[in-house]
Amino acid sequence: MNFTDITFILQLTVATATPIALGSYAGLFSERSGVVNIAIEGMMLMAAMMGAFVSGYTQSLFWGVVAGMLSAAMMAAIHAVVSIRFKTDQIISGMVINLLAAGFTGHIYQIYLVPPRWPGSAGTFPELPIPFLKDIPFLGKILFQHQPIVYTMIILTFVIHYVLFYTPWGLRMRAVGEHPEAADTLGINVYFTRYANVIIGGMLAGLAGIWLSLEWVGTFNINMTGGRGYIALAALIFGRWTPFGAFGAALLFGLANAVQVYTQTLVPEIPAEFLQMMPYVLTIIVAAVRRPIPPAAVGQPYEKE
Amino acid sequence: MASSTPNEVESKSFRERILRPLAVPLLAVFTSLVIGALIIVFTAENPAIGLDKLGKGYWGMFEGAFLKRNGILNTLVVTSPLILTGLAVAIPFHAGLFNIGAEGQFIMGAFTAVLAGIYLDLPPVIHPIVVMLAGFAGGALWGLIPGLLRAYLGAHEVINTIMMNFIAFALVSFAVRGPFLDPNTSSVQTYPIQKTAELVRISGRFHIGIFVTLLVASVVYYFLYKTTWGFSLRTTGHNPNAAKYAGIRPRQQFVLSLVLAGGLAGLAGSLEVQGLTHVVTTGIRAGYGFDAIGVSLLALNNPLAIIPAAFIFGALNIGGDFLQIRAGLSVHIVSILQAFILLFVAAPSIVRYLYRLKVSGGVAEGAPVTRGWGG
Amino acid sequence: MSTTPVLEARGLTKRFPGVIANDSVDLTLNKGEILAMLGENGAGKTTLMNMLYGLYHPDEGEILVNGKAVKMDSPNDAIAAGIGMVHQHFMLIPVMTVAENIMLGVEETRGVLAKLPMLGRLNRRAAAVRIKELSKQYSLDLDPDDYIKDLPVGIQQRAEIIKALYRNADILILDEPTAVLTPQEADELFAIMHNLTKQGVSIIFITHKLKEVLKVADRIAVLRNGKMVGTALPADATQASLAEMMVGREVILQVDKSEATPGDVVLDVKDLVVKTNRGQIAVENVSFEVRAGEILGIAGVQGNGQSELAEGLTGLRPIESGHIQLSDRDSTHFLPRQVTEMGVAHIPEDREKHGLIMAYSIADNLVLNRYYQPPFAKGPVLNQEVIDQNGRELVAEYDVRTPSIYTTAGSLSGGNKQKVIVAREFSRPVKLLIANQPTRGVDVGSIEFIHNQIISQRDSGVAVLLVSAELDEILSLADRVAVMFDGRIVKTLPIAEATRERVGLLMAGSET
Repeated sequence: MNFTDITFILQLTVATATPIALGSYAGLFSERSGVVNIAIEGMMLMAAMMGAFVSGYTQSLFWGVVAGMLSAAMMAAIHAVVSIRFKTDQIISGMVINLLAAGFTGHIYQIYLVPPRWPGSAGTFPELPIPFLKDIPFLGKILFQHQPIVYTMIILTFVIHYVLFYTPWGLRMRAVGEHPEAADTLGINVYFTRYANVIIGGMLAGLAGIWLSLEWVGTFNINMTGGRGYIALAALIFGRWTPFGAFGAALLFGLANAVQVYTQTLVPEIPAEFLQMMPYVLTIIVAAVRRPIPPAAVGQPYEKE
Repeated sequence: MASSTPNEVESKSFRERILRPLAVPLLAVFTSLVIGALIIVFTAENPAIGLDKLGKGYWGMFEGAFLKRNGILNTLVVTSPLILTGLAVAIPFHAGLFNIGAEGQFIMGAFTAVLAGIYLDLPPVIHPIVVMLAGFAGGALWGLIPGLLRAYLGAHEVINTIMMNFIAFALVSFAVRGPFLDPNTSSVQTYPIQKTAELVRISGRFHIGIFVTLLVASVVYYFLYKTTWGFSLRTTGHNPNAAKYAGIRPRQQFVLSLVLAGGLAGLAGSLEVQGLTHVVTTGIRAGYGFDAIGVSLLALNNPLAIIPAAFIFGALNIGGDFLQIRAGLSVHIVSILQAFILLFVAAPSIVRYLYRLKVSGGVAEGAPVTRGWGG
Repeated sequence: MSTTPVLEARGLTKRFPGVIANDSVDLTLNKGEILAMLGENGAGKTTLMNMLYGLYHPDEGEILVNGKAVKMDSPNDAIAAGIGMVHQHFMLIPVMTVAENIMLGVEETRGVLAKLPMLGRLNRRAAAVRIKELSKQYSLDLDPDDYIKDLPVGIQQRAEIIKALYRNADILILDEPTAVLTPQEADELFAIMHNLTKQGVSIIFITHKLKEVLKVADRIAVLRNGKMVGTALPADATQASLAEMMVGREVILQVDKSEATPGDVVLDVKDLVVKTNRGQIAVENVSFEVRAGEILGIAGVQGNGQSELAEGLTGLRPIESGHIQLSDRDSTHFLPRQVTEMGVAHIPEDREKHGLIMAYSIADNLVLNRYYQPPFAKGPVLNQEVIDQNGRELVAEYDVRTPSIYTTAGSLSGGNKQKVIVAREFSRPVKLLIANQPTRGVDVGSIEFIHNQIISQRDSGVAVLLVSAELDEILSLADRVAVMFDGRIVKTLPIAEATRERVGLLMAGSET
């Protein structure tokens, strides 16, 4: 392994950490406001499909992004209504979303995303190296030679940190996730806060899905999320429900992924399955060594009166 | 949720005891079919084609699952693993845990069963039983790991059972392609199990596994409601703090419930191998472990009610193939139907809202379900 | 005088399925007065206050503030009308600071994004300044930067009061504010309350403690079964007369009991150390003994290690060091089931969390810690008939008010839930009873019943360890009183020397 290899691995780490990080930010908005979100996987999958579908038929990546984010927001809205309005077990509600997304995307794929009807992919986002910064030795290539969603993810990390800890929006969101009764007695609308944050989270999960279909692969495949939504959730928990923590955890998973890709090409003797297993084993280890302290009211429907 | 049999005060009319509890599950299935129909029509190329597909597809499903020659038998063939995996979800639910890992446990059970079927030389009757036990053990191991992690390290079983699924997929995929690949066929599969390990087929694909399954479901019912072991397990699920106070050790119950669950899902995998496939392929992922969540909830986690619930899901599975054959619709429609059934049985308040039903007082809503990450 | 009342309720009615929680309740609060709202558990005090604060919507009736009808649709309306409420269970977020808790919902922002709704930068400094001003004005010492979870309850209560004042409240509702305080801390709170009324704040003070009412109130209103049964002035009232108004019949405030005749030592505890869930030392080198036929009362303000002590003794919490001797056996590291089988009955502090399975029938709950033993089980098989028969007998014997033994425990009232636990624990032969807050939140009738049961257990030779935050309960039942403060037993007194004042001082940690 030489210097170029390391740069390659780290660049790939940042890229493949992107959907994990965005997915965990999706979970962050939802869970910090008190709604468990194991539906990240389904929201991502839906957005990946809708992004590919709309961008294919309009031949416009822009509309693909819009459609992808909106479709994921729709799934989030369903999760929110079921969890908040109908007070259903939030883990089951999340399972429903995941199953629904798997079924719906498969169904649409079979009709519209295969020949003869499929007009063909609109391609992927171009790489946008950032002038000057990309020339920084080592770091330039790792951080500043990426496609747009990767940059968006990095910027969002800071934005979400600010929103969560430095604004009234974040203060209220955390209050509702920790102690909804207390927030309610201060006149904060618990239901609105939860709906809004779950749906915002859905849009972020949408961006994660769009990364898959419009930035990474360029098309949609059945079940193309492959568990990334669940890994994002693990990253969120490992990162203790903070943006920088989740970002760090996502990088860890990205690294595992990048090492896998690297080893697979250079050391083909190691069975691919063992390398594919790595992120999942890592998730289990990570969940075991670090006891999470979740938002106190997460998973509990709020009952007014 | 009194385990007591109906008695003086509880003895209500037939309407109260049978129809009320059935209302929500039946309406859930019905409503899901309606929503599925709407999705088929509105996602079609145009509404006329949609209606045509809908008619052919739904009729095909019905005919294929119940009417066609062998249709009902095929439905029963898939009902069997759904009963076992349904139990594999229900038992942990009763202990307050959510097992999303039945799929992985099923696969590991199938795999260990194949190993026992290939490499052990045993007489008939003994051999199938040993293979079943091997399947049980394989699945149980896959339940034991998240069980221990939950009980002793507090790691949440939802995440871990999902991860164990992925690991099982990868492991079995490796085993099938690698060390256990049968070079004598063109397809990617293991060596077949020995004839002595197979289960008798009665007609077509219909094998005697379902009788084992029905027996197991009855035993699980008895275990949960009539024994002290079941009492301990259910008490833990309702309130682990009170269970501790009552001298029960919640950690043991957590582990026990996931081991039993994994074992039953593994047994399902074993029966699948012994009765149907005789080998393990990468296509062993039939999704029974995920459908099981819907089956268990549809049955309100009652082991006996799981039998008809599994039958409904089985019919959807078999019928799903006919969606494709008759109407060119993808089998994914079945996932959509199952998602909505799951939704409506998990959220009876939605069904009651849609149909303006009154809350049925006294009807047990089944075992507790998990609550967030803390619980 | 004759000014309009600052707050008036007319004919407020609130129905819940099956009960009328408030039945046409009238109430007036005058400027600068302390109105005590008296009533026993379940009388409807909290429902009434929740309506005044906009958390519940009255089915009938109206609320007037300064003579004008106000529609209380949410706490926002109440806050806008100048009403603040300090809930019995504090509405504070433990993982946030005092300032964050106080500014929540009325945040000020600064910075370039301040114009954006809710996305400006929180102006913590402005909030801190305002909090310090208020704490000075009303002599409520408080540091805005402290985290709530690190503060003792007394200080948390101050944060709650400032939270209301920060919103310019001039009407304060205090719901059972003294439940978590030592008698001395309660006196401090009363001083604060007087200070507030002098500056024009009007206070509704909810309580069920008669002594406090007479000490602090300007006027007393009594609620019973959801109805306002009358008002009284402290000068004209006695504890007995108030108790009678509250309960609707004459109440014997003193428990009848004879002199204890202590026998052998049943429980011998030496240098016990127990930790909290968070790993802090909760019980520090505690030693005591309880003899057969006596009641040892553990007095102390909630959260001074009593809960951990009881859990340690019953095997629910691991023992870090020290010894527990139960009769002739070392039970230090016994599991809960071993402790139970040694003949220890345990009435847990939180009956809903530890004592009952809400979804189980009463019959099943009555065998919750014996279901695996004969005659309730034969081998691993439950004998439901025997379990049900046992249920029928105990329900009759312990006067549990229920339609059937198949009714779920969750649908019983607080008093009846506690009776189920008492029935279960007292219906088997025991030598030690550990009763932790045995009458918390139950009605007067059930309190009398449970107290008598405890006394008769003592008289039959059972050793009793009574843990209670209600000093009156300790003083009327116990034969000896051990006072816990900060994880230690600071003093053990025979009941004759345990005066209210002395025990109160010990509870506050000042050794005498």
